[in-house]
Amino acid sequence: MAGAAGPGTGPGAAGGDGDDSLYPIAVLIDELRNEDVQLRLNSIKKLSTIALALGVERTRTELLPFLTDTIYDEDEVLLALAEQLGNFTGLVGGPDFAHCLLPPLESLATVEETVVRDKAVESLRQISQEHTSVALEAHFVPLVKRLASGDWFTSRTSACGLFSVCYPRASNAVKAEIRQHFRSLCSDDTPMVRRAAASKLGEFAKVLELDSVKSEIVPLFTNLASDEQDSVRLLAVEACVSIAQLLSQEDLEALVMPILRQAAEDKSWRVRYMVADKFSELQKAVGPKITQNDLIPAFQNLLKDCEAEVRAAAAHKVKELCENLPIEGRETIIMNQILPYIKELVSDTNQHVKSALASVIMGLSTILGKENTIEHLLPLFLAQLKDECPEVRLNIISNLDCVNEVIGIRQLSQSLLPAIVELAEDAKWRVRLAIIEYMPLLAGQLGVEFFDEKLNSLCMAWLVDHVYAIREAATNNLMKLVQKFGTEWAQNTIVPKVLVMANDPNYLHRMTTLFCINALSEACGQEITTKQMLPIVLKMAGDQVANVRFNVAKSLQKIGPILDTDALQEEVKPVLQKLGQDEDMDVKYFAQEAMSVVAQRLRKLDLPVKDSDEPSAPGADKNHFLRPRGPGEDAGKVSRDRAARVASEAAVEAAQLGVGTQPRSGPAYQLCVNPRETLAHLEIVGLVHFSQSRD
Amino acid sequence: METKLPPASTPTSPSSPGLSPVPPPDKVDGFSRRSLRRARPRRSHSSSQFRYQSNQQELTPLPLLKDVPASELHELLSRKLAQCGVMFDFLDCVADLKGKEVKRAALNELVECVGSTRGVLIEPVYPDIIRMISVNIFRTLPPSENPEFDPEEDEPNLEPSWPHLQLVYEFFLRFLESPDFQPSVAKRYVDQKFVLMLLELFDSEDPREREYLKTILHRVYGKFLGLRAYIRKQCSHIFLRFIYEFEHFNGVAELLEILGSIINGFALPLKTEHKQFLVRVLIPLHSVKSLSVFHAQLAYCVVQFLEKDATLTEHVIRGLLKYWPKTCTQKEVMFLGEMEEILDVIEPSQFVKIQEPLFKQVARCVSSPHFQVAERALYFWNNEYILSLIEDNCHTVLPAVFGTLYQVSKEHWNQTIVSLIYNVLKTFMEMNGKLFDELTASYKLEKQQEQQKARERQELWQGLEELRLRRLQGTQGAKEAPLQRLTPQVATSGGVSYRVGLPPAPGITGT
Repeated sequence: MAGAAGPGTGPGAAGGDGDDSLYPIAVLIDELRNEDVQLRLNSIKKLSTIALALGVERTRTELLPFLTDTIYDEDEVLLALAEQLGNFTGLVGGPDFAHCLLPPLESLATVEETVVRDKAVESLRQISQEHTSVALEAHFVPLVKRLASGDWFTSRTSACGLFSVCYPRASNAVKAEIRQHFRSLCSDDTPMVRRAAASKLGEFAKVLELDSVKSEIVPLFTNLASDEQDSVRLLAVEACVSIAQLLSQEDLEALVMPILRQAAEDKSWRVRYMVADKFSELQKAVGPKITQNDLIPAFQNLLKDCEAEVRAAAAHKVKELCENLPIEGRETIIMNQILPYIKELVSDTNQHVKSALASVIMGLSTILGKENTIEHLLPLFLAQLKDECPEVRLNIISNLDCVNEVIGIRQLSQSLLPAIVELAEDAKWRVRLAIIEYMPLLAGQLGVEFFDEKLNSLCMAWLVDHVYAIREAATNNLMKLVQKFGTEWAQNTIVPKVLVMANDPNYLHRMTTLFCINALSEACGQEITTKQMLPIVLKMAGDQVANVRFNVAKSLQKIGPILDTDALQEEVKPVLQKLGQDEDMDVKYFAQEAMSVVAQRLRKLDLPVKDSDEPSAPGADKNHFLRPRGPGEDAGKVSRDRAARVASEAAVEAAQLGVGTQPRSGPAYQLCVNPRETLAHLEIVGLVHFSQSRD
Repeated sequence: METKLPPASTPTSPSSPGLSPVPPPDKVDGFSRRSLRRARPRRSHSSSQFRYQSNQQELTPLPLLKDVPASELHELLSRKLAQCGVMFDFLDCVADLKGKEVKRAALNELVECVGSTRGVLIEPVYPDIIRMISVNIFRTLPPSENPEFDPEEDEPNLEPSWPHLQLVYEFFLRFLESPDFQPSVAKRYVDQKFVLMLLELFDSEDPREREYLKTILHRVYGKFLGLRAYIRKQCSHIFLRFIYEFEHFNGVAELLEILGSIINGFALPLKTEHKQFLVRVLIPLHSVKSLSVFHAQLAYCVVQFLEKDATLTEHVIRGLLKYWPKTCTQKEVMFLGEMEEILDVIEPSQFVKIQEPLFKQVARCVSSPHFQVAERALYFWNNEYILSLIEDNCHTVLPAVFGTLYQVSKEHWNQTIVSLIYNVLKTFMEMNGKLFDELTASYKLEKQQEQQKARERQELWQGLEELRLRRLQGTQGAKEAPLQRLTPQVATSGGVSYRVGLPPAPGITGT
C-alpha cells in the first residue's frame, strides 16, 4: 500500500513536521508503554497516527529507535507492530528511507512466537520491494545474512523466507553469497530451520538461474527429501512441484523422478500423504509422459496404501487426476488402470476413504461418457448409496447433478429413494439437515410428479421435527420448492397442509405454520396470501400462548408488503391494535413494531406516487427472502441487523403517528435479543423446559 | 506429585497415577461432531503392517535355552533373536496364531535369560540384540484415529501388537540393566540415529509404551555418556516443535519426567546451555494448549532449576507472567499453583525483584469472575512463607494489590471469595495499619485520577485524529496510501473517533 506513495513525498512532507508543543514524543511513547495491554495494543494499532503526528523526521529519529528497543512486549502487541511496520514506508519518508524500518523488523523476526515472526517476515518482504537496488544491497541483504547466521534457530528460520525477495535484484557476487547462505540453512543442525528452508525451496528455485537450479537446488532437494525427519521430507514433496516446473523432461527424469518415486513409497505415511495430497500439482508439473509412466503406478499404490489417511487423500484426487490426463487414451487408462482400484475403495473399511471417494466419483461420469457410466460406474454409485455411513450417501446425493447430465437421474431413482428416506429419518439431526439442503436440487432433477409421489410427505414431516434447526430448514426448503414448481403447485399441495398445522395442539407446530407463511407468502403472491394465509394468521392472534401471538405480529409485519391496502386497513390493523393492548410485554412490543411498519406502508400507499419498492420499507428487501441460504450462514445475524434497523425506524414512525411508545423502547432495549425467543430455542433443542402456556 | 523415575520393576505393570487425571463427566451435548465420529469405532491400521510381508517362512519352535550346553548357547540365542525379528499382523487377530505364539515364547525366554543368566551378553550378540529390538520397536506411528485427540478426554489408541511389543521392551530394559551390560560395546549400535528414533516413539498414543520408553531412555541417558548432550538437544527440538509448529506430541509428560531427573543431576554452576533450555524451552512450554497433561512434570522441572540456581527466579517468574493465560481459567489455576511452588523456594532477595509485577497479576486473578481462580490466588495468603515475604515487603505489595482487593470485596458475586478477601484485608490491616489507612483514604482519589487519565488519553487521541485529518486534507491531492484507511464516516462526525473497546453505538453513525 505504502508503495503507492511517490518517491520523496511522505505524508508529512506537505504539512511539515509534527507540532512539537502539542505532542511531545514522551506522551506518545507513554501511550505505547501503558500498563494495560489492551491500551498498549490499541496504541500500537494506531501507530501510523502517532507517526503522522510526529512527522517523518522524528518518526525516523525518535519513534523507530524507541520501537526497536521495546521488543520485549506481549506477543499480541508485537504482532500488531510487525503488521504496522510493513505499511510504514510512506510515514518515514518514502522508499529512500525504507531501510529505517529494518532494525525493528529484524528484532521482530527473531522472537520466539511463530506468528509474530511470520508477520515480521511478511512485512520485510513487502518493504524489500520498496528498497532501491542500492539500498537493498546496502541494508537489506546484510540483514538477511545476519538473520541467516543468527545463533538461535528463530532468526535462521525467518531468514529462509527472505532469500527469494532479494536474490533477483542483487549483483552476481551477492547472489553467490545468498545461495551459499541458503545452502547452509538447508543442512542446518536444527530441524526447525531445515523445515523452513525446505518449505521455501520451491520459491527460491523459481528466482534462480536454471544452471544454479540444476547445480545447487537439485542436490539440496535430494538431501532434504532424504532427511532423517519425516516432517522435513514431506516439505520437500511440496518443493518438488516448483522444481519440476523449471526443468526439462530429461533433467526431470534424471534428477527429480528418482526422489519422487522414493517419496511415494516413503516409510512414513505423512510423506506418502503429502504425495497424494499434491498429486494434481505434481501431475501438471511433470507432464503427461512421466505421469503415464511413473505417476499412475504410484497413484495405484497410494489408492491401496495401508494407511486410511493416505488412501483418503488419494481418493480425493481421483477425479482431478482423470480430468488432467491427455484426452487421447484417457478412457483406456482410466478403465484399465484406475477403475479397478476405485472399485476396491467403494468397499473400503474406512468411512473417511469411502466418503472422500463419494465426493468425487460422480465427476467421472462426464469423463467416461454414458455407456461406461451405466456399465461400470452406476453399480458403484448404487453401492455407495447403500453405504452404512451417512456421509458417503450424502456425498453421492450432493453430486447427483454430474450424473444427471450424462445418464439422467432416473437410472438411479430406484436406489435413490430408499437412500433419501433413510437419511431423512437419520437419528442425527445434522444428517437430516444436510439432506434437506439437497431437496430443491433433487426436486429439480426428479421432476414434480416423482416428487409429489415420493418426497412430498418427507418435506412435510420435517416441519414437525423435534429439532428447531430442521423445522427452520424445512421451512426454507418449502420456499425453494415453490420457487421451482410454481404457485399453483403450492396452492394445491403445500399450503393446505401448512395451514392445517395452525390447529395443532403443540404450540411449536402452530408457530411453524407462521414461519412457513413468512417464507412462502412472497413466493406465493398476493392472492394466495390474502385469501388463504391471512385469515389463518389473524385467527391465531387469539392463541393462548404468547409466543404464538407475538409471532403473529411478526408475521403480519412480514407479509404486510404483499397485502393490498384494503386488507391492511381493514383486517390487519385492528388485529395489531388488539395485540398492541396485549397483557404480555413482548406481544405488545412486537405488535407495536409491526403496527408502525404497516402504518408506514399505508401512508406511503396514500401518496400519489406509489413507491412500494423503496428500500427503506423493511419488508421490501426481497433479497433477504429469496436468497438461498448456505448451511453455515447465520440467519440470526441477518435478522438481528434487520431488527435493529426496523426498530429505529419504527421508533421514529411511532412518534410521528402518535402510536403509544413503549417506555422502554430505547435502542438498547430494542437491540437485546428477546429472552423468550432464546428460551424457545433452548427448549427446542431440549435443554430447557419451558411451560407452554404462560398465560 | 513425585516425579522421580520409578524403580526398574515398575514397567512390568505400567501405570502412572500422576499422569492420568480423573476423566471429566460425559459431555451433555449430544450434537457435537466428535460424538458422531466416535459413534463408529474403526480399526486402526498400524503402520507396522506396512512392512509386513505375508510370504514369510513359518516359525518353528527352537529348543529351550536352558536345555542346551553352554557351547551352543550363543548360537541358539542368535537364532532365537532372528526368530523374534519376524513381524506379525496383529490387526487380523487370528492370522498365524502359531507363529505368534512361537515368537511370544521365544521373547519370554529371552527376557528370562538376559535377566537371570550371567555370561550371556558377550560382544557378538550385541548387534543381533539391537537389530531385533530395532526391527520390532521402530516403526512410523500410525495416524491418530481422532485428529482432535484430547488426552484428557479420549480413550487412547492402544498398540495392537502390544503382546509382542511389551516383551521386546521388557527385554530391552533387562538388557540395559544387566550387570553384564557393557556400554562401551553397545555404543557402537546404540548411536545417535537409534536415539532419535527412540525419541520419535514417545509420540505413541499408547501410555503403556510411553511408560517403557521413559524408563529405557532414562537408562540410556545414564549409561551412554556420549549421547547425553544429543538427547538433551533432541528433546528440546521436540519441545520447540511442539510449542511453535505442531501442537501435538503425546510423550511430553514422559520426556519432562526424565528431564526432571536429569536437571536434578546438573552440576553447578549451571552451563549456559541449560539455562537457555529453561528460558527458551521450558517457560514457553507453559503457553501450550494442552498444558494440563504435563503441567505437574513441567512445574517440577522449573522448581528443580530454581533450587539449583536461585538467580534464575526473576527470569522464570517474568516468563510465567508473560505467558499468563488470558482466557483459560483452568490453566490460570495451574499457573497459580506453580507460582506458589516457586514462591515456596524463593529467596527473599529474589522476591524483592519481582514482587510488584507478580502481585499485580495475583490481584488480577483475585478479581477474576471465575471463583476457582480467585480462590486459588487468595490461598497464597494461607502460606506461611509467602505471608512472611509479603509482610517484609508490605510497602510494595500492599499498594500493588490494595485497589483491586478493595474493589472486588465489594463487587464479587461469590460469598466465599468475598469473605476470603476480607480475611486478607484484615491481615494487611494487622500487618501495617497505618499504610492500610492511607491507602483506604487515597483509594477514591486514585479512582478519580484514573478517570482523569482516561479522559486525557481520549483527548490526546482525538487531537491526534484531528491532526491526521488535517494532514489528510492537506495532502489530499497526493496519493496517500496509509491514510486511506481512515473511514470517511469518522471524518464527518468529528469527535467520536476514539472509543476504546466499544462497538460503534447505533444511531450515532447514521445521523
